[in-house]
Amino acid sequence: MSELLTLEQEFLSAIEAANDLPTLDEVRVSALGKKGKISALMQGLGKLAPEDRKTHGQAINAVKQSVAGAIEERKTRLERDALNIRLQTEREDVTLPVRGAPVNQGRIHPISQVWEEITEIFADLGFAMAEGPHIETDENNFTKLNIPAEHPARQEHDTFYFNEKEDGSRRVLRTHTSPVQIRTMEQEKPPIRIIAPGRVYRCDSDQTHTPMFHQVEGLVIDKETHMGHLKWVLEEFCKAFFEVDDVTMRFRASHFPFTEPSAEVDIGYSKKGDELLIGGDENWLEILGCGMVHPNVLTNVGLDPEVYQGFAFGMGIDRLAMLKYGMPDLRAFFAGDMRWLKHYGFSVLNTPTIAGGL
Amino acid sequence: MKFTLNWLKDHLQTDASLEDILAKLTLIGLEVEEVTNPAESLGTFVIAKIERAEKHPDADKLQVCTVNNGSEKLQVVCGAPNAKAGLIGVFAPVGTYVPGIDFTLTKAKIRGVESFGMMCSESELQLSEDHEGIIELDEIAAKQIGTKYVDYKGLDDPTIEIAITPNRPDCLGVRGIARDLAAAGLGTLKDEDTGLSNKGFSDNGDFKSSIAIKLDFKKQDTHICPAFWGRMIKGVKNGPSPAWLQQRLKAIGLRPINALVDITNYISYDRARPLHVYDADKLTGTVSARLGKQGEEFLALDGKEYKELDGACVIADDKNILGLGGIIGGENEGSKADTTNVLIESAYFDPIQIAMTGRKLGIISDARYRFERGIDPQSVELGVNLATKMILELCGGEASELIKTGTPPNPDMTIKFDLQLVTRLTGVTLSNKEVTQTLTALGFSVKGKDQNVTVSVPTWRPDIGGPADLVEEVIRIIGLDKVTPTPLSRPHGIARPVLTDKQKHVRRAKRALAARGALEAITWSFITQQEAKQFGGGAQELELANPISADMSDMRPSLLPGLLNAATRNIARGQTDPALMEVGQVYLNDEEGGQYNHATMIRCGTHNHHGQGRHWSGTAKPVTLFEAKADAFALLEQLGMNVENLQITTDAPDWYHPGRSGVLRLGPKNIIGTFGELHPAIITAFDMKGPIVACEINLDALPSPKASKKKKSRSKGAMQITDLQPVTRDFAFVVDSDVPASTLIKAASGADKKLITNISLFDVFEGPSLGEGKKSLAIEATLQPKTQTFTDEEIEAIADKIIAAVQKATDGEIRS
Repeated sequence: MSELLTLEQEFLSAIEAANDLPTLDEVRVSALGKKGKISALMQGLGKLAPEDRKTHGQAINAVKQSVAGAIEERKTRLERDALNIRLQTEREDVTLPVRGAPVNQGRIHPISQVWEEITEIFADLGFAMAEGPHIETDENNFTKLNIPAEHPARQEHDTFYFNEKEDGSRRVLRTHTSPVQIRTMEQEKPPIRIIAPGRVYRCDSDQTHTPMFHQVEGLVIDKETHMGHLKWVLEEFCKAFFEVDDVTMRFRASHFPFTEPSAEVDIGYSKKGDELLIGGDENWLEILGCGMVHPNVLTNVGLDPEVYQGFAFGMGIDRLAMLKYGMPDLRAFFAGDMRWLKHYGFSVLNTPTIAGGL
Repeated sequence: MKFTLNWLKDHLQTDASLEDILAKLTLIGLEVEEVTNPAESLGTFVIAKIERAEKHPDADKLQVCTVNNGSEKLQVVCGAPNAKAGLIGVFAPVGTYVPGIDFTLTKAKIRGVESFGMMCSESELQLSEDHEGIIELDEIAAKQIGTKYVDYKGLDDPTIEIAITPNRPDCLGVRGIARDLAAAGLGTLKDEDTGLSNKGFSDNGDFKSSIAIKLDFKKQDTHICPAFWGRMIKGVKNGPSPAWLQQRLKAIGLRPINALVDITNYISYDRARPLHVYDADKLTGTVSARLGKQGEEFLALDGKEYKELDGACVIADDKNILGLGGIIGGENEGSKADTTNVLIESAYFDPIQIAMTGRKLGIISDARYRFERGIDPQSVELGVNLATKMILELCGGEASELIKTGTPPNPDMTIKFDLQLVTRLTGVTLSNKEVTQTLTALGFSVKGKDQNVTVSVPTWRPDIGGPADLVEEVIRIIGLDKVTPTPLSRPHGIARPVLTDKQKHVRRAKRALAARGALEAITWSFITQQEAKQFGGGAQELELANPISADMSDMRPSLLPGLLNAATRNIARGQTDPALMEVGQVYLNDEEGGQYNHATMIRCGTHNHHGQGRHWSGTAKPVTLFEAKADAFALLEQLGMNVENLQITTDAPDWYHPGRSGVLRLGPKNIIGTFGELHPAIITAFDMKGPIVACEINLDALPSPKASKKKKSRSKGAMQITDLQPVTRDFAFVVDSDVPASTLIKAASGADKKLITNISLFDVFEGPSLGEGKKSLAIEATLQPKTQTFTDEEIEAIADKIIAAVQKATDGEIRS
């Protein structure tokens, strides 16, 4: 039996001495391989007397277990050491810059962003989104909106015209989003609640006027909506849009041919350095025109003004964007300057939602 | 419209402060644009007396004066030729800002002599152009030494400028503004001076006018000038108008001319009543209002010659055209300094006629401005009388009878009005009495009991045509601040989605392209004609008749010109390799159906999706058409399209490189978009260097989910998957070089639609080993067993089908 112990000791020493995996494998073969010494001992058991077989068998098995365990342990250690040595050589400069992700480089134009913000707010109030063509008929842009041909109000629109057609009619670039009112009322029955954002055009250009800009029209038609509702909607809109708890708004009587009574609305603000703070009544800034839809307009689209009534408003999307995000010059909106777009543009995944903020 | 506070108070009895008046004006719809008060800038100038004046010891043209400013005597060096002892003038002490020379006075030594202020000329105070000498005041001023000059001169009178909306011609006269303010509770409207209180003249006059007035219209045109009244005044002494009148005209920005002209201008602004005064001695025969004839022309008092007067309403005598009625008078027959006999014109002209003529001839005048908005037609007589009275007062003379040619129209507008309509439209509860009172204060008369009344509209309010107009009158005067915000009903507890599929497409397209790394630009809808033509547009119907400039003349047929111009500008500013996109409207014709939403993206230089420019990991290569194709496909997939259903043809429009571009189609007629490298000539035309690639997707061409396909349930259906391992097999085919890869892929995919789940093309090779005009395309086919693993025989069978299908479709061969 002491032979067995010696053998075990020999193998364990050899295992301990094996410094690489091939050597270790040699030891494994010499011990546990088919022709290995321990395997040979196992095979020799058959020749023993049955009464000795059991005790010898147990003893040999114990040695076998011990040697196999030691090999496994040594193997794990050698592998770990080998890996460590390899990892020692695998070194990168992790401070090297990576390329930017396209999803982070792209930008959404502030007008698109604000357009979506406005849509979100009004959708919550049950306003659908309506649209219309930019090249409009004179009829929809003016006449049906109660702006007769030679009325001075028409001249104030600085209209872009197309050339006269053979029948004497001429198309215009819509000067406001109000023709969408006409289109909507002609196609749908009240109750109507829509907003109509879109591009509009005026033959005018300076720092605060560009020949193309964006408006959003609002229209509510039913049997009971009055100016109190109009005021509420606009106040709620401004609070939601500017993300403030309170706004001060000033409704001034005004005139638009397609509303009666009409008002212009100013929003109160103060200045802190270059920053513009919404609220208070230190300064006023005109943001929109509105009023109750003119009975002539209702009649023009086949609605009875004795039965139906409602309000309409129109505001400048670009101006709202300038106010909220502090962009000073309207012309820059349409210049496509990459520096401007990167600075004022919005991240792709920054989709405005009521839940996540506008 | 401009006026001064004192002028307003001619008509309005009020104790209200300037601030209150301004605030109220703005709230009732007469928006205050600017307020200026000369007294604010001239407050430190005082009346002073030069007590002694001696020659400057070192300068011939200077005098050393001792000036008494009422509280002390100061030494002042003065260079004015008229400075002398005893002169009463205007003194500015040290520290005063003198606007005329844009300089703040300091204690100064002039040629060695100290000077403690300045004696001023009118030009230095910006009161006139006069800088010949210092101001010399009269005896009365001598008793007011030390008084502020602005008080003495009555300059402490703020000028108020308000914006008048086109519906308020009545407020183009100070009296109309006063009436609104009085109604709004800011005082009382003073009794009207009709001119008749003066006994200096009567309807019969002192003599019979030697000039007759005639309305010379065909029956259908009589509305153009239905009334032309007048009066002759003999023996007037024209000349400068009195100081108070000049000062008022100057305050509102008008240049005083002479008394007669100033009087008509004054009445125009005071009563919104334009008038004209002719020099009677220069008239020949009868004065007529009639339509102008072809070939007629005249010299207007703006110094311009006007032709093409046919259709315009002219005033003419037997020889000459005297003016355009209601727009502008003639240069020759107007009143001059030496005019002694005059004819006053007070007429009514049709607003539309005035607007058309004014616009046609491009004349802007105070008279046109008022007539085209609609003056009070019943003011014809008032106009003559007011002018007569002022002329007699300021210029003397004697008046003829009142010449009444024609009848001034009387609109006599009445409206049946439910007083409670105010509440219905505004939500503000007002009693019948409150509504009635407000209307009455504005000059309306209300007849009837209870709430259903008849309202007569005053003749000066042509804008009032129905009940809603009356509601506006009431609410603007009562105050829009009385309107209480009222919540709108909520149709659904939780808001329903509102966007249409197209609207969602537009929104999503922007974010899909921006996620590819592009910056969203918004460019002008109009471009140059040349650009429009280069990109398939330039139709005559899409050309603006009045573009703001030549490079914004045509509606764009494509978003590319705008994006390319933006890219050019950016590169010029040192930005590298732009990637820009726009989602917006393009115009193929001027019909509603010819205006589409496009989503377009460009990439310049090396702006690849996986990086641009130089980088330690590898410099980006120039962009290729495949980058643009990837953008298009990424976008279309985001919009819910199965891009495998698209056909790609190679007939892209002219602005693309003919061999490196494609057209995306759904069926032969429906073009979804285009992609590719831009044509080198286009790139050169935009002053850039290539390559530039682009994709253009027509969002309106995308199929919208058909109504029948719209499921009520949003369920995505059960997922069918198997745990059986898929098998892949590679094939390489040699085909003719012009065989599209898509043909091969389609054939392979179709070989067994059930079992082949994917075909990916992983190698394209051309080389001499294959022979001229040949290429090798290698694909990997993924085969997915459905019920049990494939046997070798089954796999072989599918492989044979693939080979057969590809060979049939491409005429190619499997590569051994």
